[in-house]
Amino acid sequence: MRRAALAAALVILAAVPWWVGGTYYVNIASQILFYGIFALGVNVLAGYAGLVSLGHAGLFGIAAYAGARIMNNGHGHIAVTTGALALTLVAAAIFAVLALRGTGLGFVMITVALGQIVWGVAYRWISITNGDNGIAIRDRPSPLGLSLASPAGFYWATLAVFLVAVVSMAIFVASPFGASLRGTRDQPRRMNALGYHVWMVRFLAFLFSGFWSGVAGLLYLYYNQFVSPQAVALTASAEALLMVISGGTATLLGPIVGAGLVVIVKNVASAYIERWNFVLGAIFVVIVVFMPEGLVPGTQRLWRWARAAASGPRVSAAG
Amino acid sequence: MSLWLVLAVNSITLGGLLFLLSAGFSLIFGLMKIPNLTHGSFFMLGAYLATSLIARGMDFWTAALVGGLLVAALGGIVERLILRRLGGAELAQVLVTLGLSFMIADVCLMVWTGDPIRIATPSALRGATSLFGLRFPTYRLAISLIAVVFAVALWALLDRTRLGAMIRAGVDDPAMARVVGIRVSRLFTIVFCLGAWLAGFAGVIGGPILSVYPGLDQEMLPLALVVVILGGSGSLLGSLVGSFVVGFLYNFGQAMFPELAYVVLFLPMLIVLVVRPQGLFGRQTA
Repeated sequence: MRRAALAAALVILAAVPWWVGGTYYVNIASQILFYGIFALGVNVLAGYAGLVSLGHAGLFGIAAYAGARIMNNGHGHIAVTTGALALTLVAAAIFAVLALRGTGLGFVMITVALGQIVWGVAYRWISITNGDNGIAIRDRPSPLGLSLASPAGFYWATLAVFLVAVVSMAIFVASPFGASLRGTRDQPRRMNALGYHVWMVRFLAFLFSGFWSGVAGLLYLYYNQFVSPQAVALTASAEALLMVISGGTATLLGPIVGAGLVVIVKNVASAYIERWNFVLGAIFVVIVVFMPEGLVPGTQRLWRWARAAASGPRVSAAG
Repeated sequence: MSLWLVLAVNSITLGGLLFLLSAGFSLIFGLMKIPNLTHGSFFMLGAYLATSLIARGMDFWTAALVGGLLVAALGGIVERLILRRLGGAELAQVLVTLGLSFMIADVCLMVWTGDPIRIATPSALRGATSLFGLRFPTYRLAISLIAVVFAVALWALLDRTRLGAMIRAGVDDPAMARVVGIRVSRLFTIVFCLGAWLAGFAGVIGGPILSVYPGLDQEMLPLALVVVILGGSGSLLGSLVGSFVVGFLYNFGQAMFPELAYVVLFLPMLIVLVVRPQGLFGRQTA
């Protein structure tokens, strides 16, 4: 049953370019996938570690900028990918060492500051980042001779990466490491007493989270073939967090649903109104105030309730 | 006047403005335990409101007071209607302040458009003043003086009045403060309004130097964050010292490494975090 549903979902996902109708929608689907990867990365910290980061757009942006620079220096796509991801991991390690000086709100504040440093570099260090004008790249990669230039080609490549991300998240959540990370979120002192190195667990989780944020940043670069300080702004970090929170933290499906919600609302809203930031802020406020658990856990609760209500009468009818 | 002296004067002026901004931020953080991410928006909104008030014929100082009051009223509404509902859920409160900051920024863009607006320097304070045989821009001296006056007034408020004693009690141990009969939740509103007022007022008097433009909020907020991380939250002295450190770093950094000014600004913060995470003047909390 579960396997059949999973297989059906895979088929539906893989077939998106045929049934969704139009390249515009295929592109939106690609956006949902790479923002979904980003949200999954943010969720490792915000959901499973209880560490809310408002600086992850910095890591996302470092990967995108590094990729753009390496590519424009004439290197191939393998060098771009490995170089950008290696640099993102180094940056994530530095972020982690500094941000893990605090927990809770201290962590939030430090990540805001770190994210703003990256933004400041992107915006002001013009000789490296070309400032507000951003950096454009020539073309998308063609791994194994497959061209990603078409929307459908790019979609499938993103889908492949996305599936790897989801599987790695599922393995991570079920693993002893995932369990120990949740332990450090709920009972850091007991975990410490049990002999776990709480700091190291969080540090590794930060690297894992940073890695997928970097992958998403690289896909963002390939998708847009352009990166500017906008990708690194506090708004971008907040959007990623909104995806996680609106979908439901510490769930596998939540961040993906949230990414879909934000990307669709963003595209729909920006078609009708200019004030996307206002809508974003308002959604944030409404969700936090009225639906703090997020959409996926909220719907799950409703579903359980509905099933219980539906099975209740049947039992009484049988008896 | 030499370049270095100009930079020093500018640094002190920026430090003064930052003190007004971050003192409220620090008090709110110390008492309510939330970094109020709308604080930069309050600064910008105060300045924008004042431009409209001045355009309707109000004089600069009245506009500064009234602009601050309007922002304080907004702060009060936010605290009473939204933050209060989320009592205790600190993370949710932070996220709400972030959402509000986007909404305020967008409303400002809609009302006052994207063009920078300059607030005219009050006529009495134009020109330069001679001091110790050197000539200083009068308005910048005035801002430094205002910052000093506010620093003394806030210190007196916190250290010498009954309200101040209650706020300090709330910062140190909210549960115990409640037990001895202090209405901590009312303190929250008072401190939030006071902080919002200070930020709005700072935005107005900063207007003649910085101008008002979209993005000013996102530029000031990290500065306030750095000040509070440097100085330690809930500490007035920490805000004062942190503000001037940041003021100097920002101006000298911009003169010496224009492309990296923003990064230079964060270095001392990183050092403090590594060496003394509670901030220079913060107390270690359990």
